[in-house]
Amino acid sequence: MSTPRLVEVRQNILKKNDVQARALRERFRDAGVAVISLVSSPGAGKTAFLERTLAGLRHTHEVAALVGDLATANDALRLARSGARVQQITTGTVCHLDAEMVERALDGWPLDELDLLFIENVGNLVCPAAYDLGETLRLVLVSVTEGEDKPLKYPTIFNSADVALMTKVDIADVVECDRAALTANILNVRPGMEIFEVSSKTGAGMDDWLQFVVSFTARSRDAAREHANSDQS
Amino acid sequence: MHELSIAISLVEAAEEEAGRHGGVVSAIHVKIGPLSGVVKSALASAFQLAVEGTTMEGARLVVADVPLVIHCAICARDHEVSGDTWFVCPGCGTPSADVVCGKEMEMTALELES
Repeated sequence: MSTPRLVEVRQNILKKNDVQARALRERFRDAGVAVISLVSSPGAGKTAFLERTLAGLRHTHEVAALVGDLATANDALRLARSGARVQQITTGTVCHLDAEMVERALDGWPLDELDLLFIENVGNLVCPAAYDLGETLRLVLVSVTEGEDKPLKYPTIFNSADVALMTKVDIADVVECDRAALTANILNVRPGMEIFEVSSKTGAGMDDWLQFVVSFTARSRDAAREHANSDQS
Repeated sequence: MHELSIAISLVEAAEEEAGRHGGVVSAIHVKIGPLSGVVKSALASAFQLAVEGTTMEGARLVVADVPLVIHCAICARDHEVSGDTWFVCPGCGTPSADVVCGKEMEMTALELES
């Protein structure tokens, strides 16, 4: 029997997803749309938070959302009440969204008309970490009911995010959540990360968050314009 | 839980490379970092499922571990870290999110038989 040849092939295992995500990111940039993805464990409050966010922005911005779940279109129906364009992605048994699912869901969408697109991932703190969706910003949510050490247990996803959001802060005292400890643990796995504390129920903290999103959207639009100008020159 | 998706992507990527170089894959070498989100044992089981019925059936999966290394701007050097203090410089205690390596989920080499 011949000795096998060893051939070097250095590449990311998820190269296909990375290539698709890169193409999406370019499409988003060319269209001047800011894209924020949301990741968290199931029940952290992604959909309630997104309902508030869409309602808070839709009079001033063209906003839309893609929402991923294993089954049902319940979340899309909830979010559609805000009046924003919403599309459900049902993954079947797949525990995360990937770039191809996003691309397929956006088929025929007039991205140019949008200012901001949210992508709500499947509730899962493990698998979504590895899949780039072409987003400009990844937001990780953690609710005060989950235990202060959640970020330490799932460091990969917290480390892969750009901004963190502590949800359900209105019941923090009832569930005896030490918000300072939770904050410290987030910063432990992602030093320097910006953290917002909100309650989707009472609206507490939403103004700061919305202000952040508005300036983030403006920055994305400026970046798109700058890129277009540099292409022409 | 997503290791099966990753194993399928790996097998597809290996098949493509094998097609380019010619030959039958007898082993796939990968590099997995602690921040990749991949569980090695789960990947090994998923790999067995993913190769079933392909030309790669029976191929070995060789996994190399990658340490988590962060760069500390204060010490101006790289440090290998582990455990709960992943993102704290073991030299001076300064937090650092500057990951030098540890996120890898790479196919590094193929063993091909003609």
